[in-house]
Amino acid sequence: MLKILKYSFTDLMRSRWSYIYFLFYLTLGFVLFFLNTDLTKAVITLMNIIIVLTPLIGTIFGVMYYYSSREFTELLLAQPVKRHTIFAGQYLGVSLSLSLSLVVGVGLPFVLYGIFASAAIWDFATLLMIGAFLTFIFVALAFNMALFFNDKIKGFGAAIILWLFMAVIYDGIFLLSLMLFNDYPLDKLALGATMFNPIDLSRILILLKLDISALLGYTGAVFKDFFGNPLGMVVSLSLLGVWVALPVMLMLRQSSKKDF
Amino acid sequence: MLKVKDLHKSYGPVNVLKGVNIDFKPGEITAVLGPNGSGKTTLLKSILGMVIPQKGAIMLDGASILGNWQYRDKIAYVPQIANFPGNIRVEELIRMIRDIRPGAGAYQELAETLKLTPFFKKKLSALSGGTRQKVNLVLAFMFDAPLVILDEPTAGLDPVALIILKDLIAEQKARGKTILITTHIMNLVEEMADKVVFLLDGTVYFHGAVQELKEHTGRDHMEKAIAAILEKSYA
Repeated sequence: MLKILKYSFTDLMRSRWSYIYFLFYLTLGFVLFFLNTDLTKAVITLMNIIIVLTPLIGTIFGVMYYYSSREFTELLLAQPVKRHTIFAGQYLGVSLSLSLSLVVGVGLPFVLYGIFASAAIWDFATLLMIGAFLTFIFVALAFNMALFFNDKIKGFGAAIILWLFMAVIYDGIFLLSLMLFNDYPLDKLALGATMFNPIDLSRILILLKLDISALLGYTGAVFKDFFGNPLGMVVSLSLLGVWVALPVMLMLRQSSKKDF
Repeated sequence: MLKVKDLHKSYGPVNVLKGVNIDFKPGEITAVLGPNGSGKTTLLKSILGMVIPQKGAIMLDGASILGNWQYRDKIAYVPQIANFPGNIRVEELIRMIRDIRPGAGAYQELAETLKLTPFFKKKLSALSGGTRQKVNLVLAFMFDAPLVILDEPTAGLDPVALIILKDLIAEQKARGKTILITTHIMNLVEEMADKVVFLLDGTVYFHGAVQELKEHTGRDHMEKAIAAILEKSYA
């Protein structure tokens, strides 16, 4: 698996788009930390961008990588290599290279800013970890879509719709239901609804970490109330872990049943 | 060596293979023929484990291959369409496959014979179809596998390369290998194949020597013999 991972990783590291992605974060990091005096504000801005952008980029890169390397995958499938090895290797290659772009891209300005001396290091580390988690989750979801649809356009469309749903529509439906059922106790529903969306979950995790109640919103407030701060962190973090594990398992299952 | 027993495969409502039984013997070249969509590639891909059949068995040296992967070490495969990742060089691809699959033999001589060496530093996206096919041939024949599967290996090859390909296949046969080949070039079949498997509507319509097929249809040319079968089936 390590060999496949290595090749997928180097393949992506040589792609122009990886550099654009990396440079984007690098620029963003520098702008936010050197033109902004309030570090917490910078982290929040960064959070808002990372929480929407990493899933989107993970989705796009995941789908594109799968379809563009399909012929090569077929070549690998005819070799004495296990199917799980091939797909797990490619998946990790894509996820790791994207995570690296994020961590190094945002990390570099932070290090230059002198973050190690600052108290915000843990907030910042949480943010990067969440970004990596979201990348792993959405690349896995994208691979699932690509494996499911042989047609590139359909696969791409389905993956983007999934991202749009998680990033935008989900919240909309959620808010709407809160307004409609205003008279009922909705704490449990809100709590449950959050767990089914990794983007919401990530937002709460970071906001709990930053301890900014004003930005928590209804869901976050309920979450904090229900779990208390440290427990809320542990629960949301392990839920993110589940969000990685389930799509990866589904992807491997799909890959072992598919005809190529 | 290789046994296919009662193999069934359907893609959704389309039944591609409907109970295929074939026994391939070592040291023989078997040409798998049939009209477009008769299931040739599906059969080969089932043997390679790329397509998962719904029913039936495939045995290689007495062991079932379905759900396994180690057995592919015994197979050298030349696929139908030679598309590779575009942004890597020929040399890198060869090295990559050698790295992923241990046990490769020398390839320089083979590449030299195929006149592929000048292209080693070129990116795969810059190669013509025929040159890519040569890359395919090197990737397959650098392994000393007892089972050789060639799916339309002649696609895009020039006459010189075609002669080299024939020599390569003959050499593999002389070493006692089991060779499966699909092609639409009947000359190649007549010249090289020991046996012919003719697939029609997902079943084996004919399996026997080339001579038998001619006798069976009463024609003295392969092309005419095949045409006779097809005309009968369309009628």
